[in-house]
Amino acid sequence: MATASGGGEFVDKFPDEAAIVKASFLIAFVSLGIGAFFGLIQALHRTNVLRVIDSADYYTVLTGHGVLLAIVFTIFFLCGVFHWAVARSLDRPAENALFSWAWVGLMTTGTILATVAILGGFVPNLGMSADVLFTFYAPLQAHPIFYIGLAMFIVGTWLAGADWFLSYRAWRQNHEDERIPLQTFMVLTTMIMWYVSTLGVAVSVVFFLIPWSLGLIESVNPLLTRTLFWYFGHPIVYFWLMPAYLLWYTVLPKLAGGRLFSDPLARVVFVLFLLLSTPVGIHHQYLDPGIAEGFKFIAMTNTMFLLLPSLLTAFTVVASVEHGARQRGGEGYLRWLGALPWRDPAFTGMALAGAMFAAGGFSGMINAGMNINYLIHNTLWVPGHFHLTVGTAVALTMMAGSYWLVPQVTGTKLYSRPIGLLQVIMWFIGMVFMSNAMHRAGLAGIPRRTAEPQYQNFDFLTPIGSIFELRVQIALGGTLLFLSVVLFLFNILLTSLGEESDRPVDSHLPEPLSGPEGSPRVLDNLAMWTGIAAVLVVLAYTLPLAGIIQNGGGLFGGGLPVPATVSAGFDLVATTVTSAFNTLWGVVA
Amino acid sequence: MEIHAYEKLWLALALVLIVGFIGTITYGAAGAGIDMIDDKGGTVDPATLDQHPKFGDPGIERSGENSYDVYVVARQFVFEPGTTQPLRVPADSTVTFHVTAADVIHGFEIVGTNANTMAIPGQVSEFTVEFGEPGEYGMLCNEYCGSGHHVMEGQIVVMEQGEFDSWYEQQQADGEAEN
Repeated sequence: MATASGGGEFVDKFPDEAAIVKASFLIAFVSLGIGAFFGLIQALHRTNVLRVIDSADYYTVLTGHGVLLAIVFTIFFLCGVFHWAVARSLDRPAENALFSWAWVGLMTTGTILATVAILGGFVPNLGMSADVLFTFYAPLQAHPIFYIGLAMFIVGTWLAGADWFLSYRAWRQNHEDERIPLQTFMVLTTMIMWYVSTLGVAVSVVFFLIPWSLGLIESVNPLLTRTLFWYFGHPIVYFWLMPAYLLWYTVLPKLAGGRLFSDPLARVVFVLFLLLSTPVGIHHQYLDPGIAEGFKFIAMTNTMFLLLPSLLTAFTVVASVEHGARQRGGEGYLRWLGALPWRDPAFTGMALAGAMFAAGGFSGMINAGMNINYLIHNTLWVPGHFHLTVGTAVALTMMAGSYWLVPQVTGTKLYSRPIGLLQVIMWFIGMVFMSNAMHRAGLAGIPRRTAEPQYQNFDFLTPIGSIFELRVQIALGGTLLFLSVVLFLFNILLTSLGEESDRPVDSHLPEPLSGPEGSPRVLDNLAMWTGIAAVLVVLAYTLPLAGIIQNGGGLFGGGLPVPATVSAGFDLVATTVTSAFNTLWGVVA
Repeated sequence: MEIHAYEKLWLALALVLIVGFIGTITYGAAGAGIDMIDDKGGTVDPATLDQHPKFGDPGIERSGENSYDVYVVARQFVFEPGTTQPLRVPADSTVTFHVTAADVIHGFEIVGTNANTMAIPGQVSEFTVEFGEPGEYGMLCNEYCGSGHHVMEGQIVVMEQGEFDSWYEQQQADGEAEN
């Protein structure tokens, strides 16, 4: 059987690339396991079902949950998928395997530093903590190695992007007039978006947060660092989503038994994401003082237009899946749904993830509506929303995709399809319980990010059902989700330990129904799209940033007193290192 | 580029939906008058907050016949006023809140209503709400602000006008006695 990469399994054809993908997946899955365990602790703690930690430690757990899942798991998995997709679709290995290992190494080191800083929060005498949550809003302060780890991680992703651009450049030399292969096109547009958007967080971390946490500068401008975070914080949403989209566009139709409906439309969608992902970050700041209403209105308008590529995706993906079902003999308006390969966990997981993304999209439209957002801002509605999007559309697609991808890089067959199927269904059911209850709890005003949403002065009221019932649903859903992750990790572990197989999985990807030939070549003009994306960012951000710097006491804020929760400064690093050294020395001597 | 007829229809419907959303939100802002929190509250020096004419001794002030200004300082892990003593407002009044934070970023939410804002050091959030019947509301911090975040709460008591007036005059008298 001919494959797009010309025969042979990925692991045989590209052993070096397969090793990189395996390493990336390994770190992603370890993070998934720890992060999911933290999630279980939170679900049981805040619903007061079971409290095994102090409420003060809840925030250490929550920081770990956010960073390990939303940054480490998702992005390492992305790196694995993208590395696979570039080598596969360009049909060539990476330019330099050592360079690939360099970014894996840098990102891993950054992950370890940040994780050590976070876990240090459990050991009070250590003087090292990073209880600042995934958003690390200053003036809450983390230990310097948290920020340094984060910076190394981001630089690692930049190098990973460079790796894929170098592959593309080398491919281009022998393929002057060809269209960029679709998967590589998706990788490159996503990475351009990432370069544009990570500039914000890089400036925030390198110029403000690291010097401040080391005591080199006295204060920061809290609204400035917060705005720079969200300049990056919304595009990261699409950085999570794009590998899922890549799998939905290029793999899901094949799993359904068909092929992608339209290649050009897929390109249009990725270009729209490149253009619109960044100039929308202010929609996370609708309720921030210091930003004029007009800028919020611009962000809102851009956000609404950002619905377009997702709505187009819904059409193309459903049409492709329907085509697959009809190839398999499906008929009728809806009866074709029965002809789909529902026993395949890779297909079913991705299909359920897509269905749940539709629900997440609708709750996101509420968030994006700047006046109705008053009702739900910073309530449990918000995590209810993003557990449908990043927590299911992305995470479940990644897990389901693993059932098809992991065998390609290990050369071993999936250990158990029935366990895989149980796992993805369990995730879906667990999330139905947890997420719907979180949305409803948010409407009752219950806040997010708190250890004990049980107060002295008032009770929350819910129009339908009861607060008790919502708590039970959240605890039950959280437990099912954790068990689902355990099953997933167990299945993947046994898969990787299995015997090598000649044909571990059918990895052939068919060509789309409508190929790229008829589409305008301008779609592939990456330089032009980069330029337009940059202009949109400048338009959306120059004036708000200027206002924040001018009115908010300048770049560094105005001598804000250092808060009581400040963890260690530079001197404490020295103390820690010295005491660790002394302990080690004691052991050795 | 060939685009399928159904695809064109879908695209058109998607655009109608998007424009419709923007339309309703614009109506909410312009027609129904739901203002956004913005930069009109101005800025304040967080380091010298206790010497500030308003935030130095935060609380309620009459600004018109039936309108009031309320100054609130959020700090780890209290609202002033609100936590140690309730924030008192009269029934059927229009109240403009001015909220700032003294240390880290906090949130300010009146539970069960759409009164909700971020409280950011150096910035003042200004928004106006209408209070109706006498009663009680809870308020809470909805932005993580440190290890005691979950205990940061307060209370708003909406009082009968007459009751409020006598409480308010007493407050004024006490204030002058102190000075």
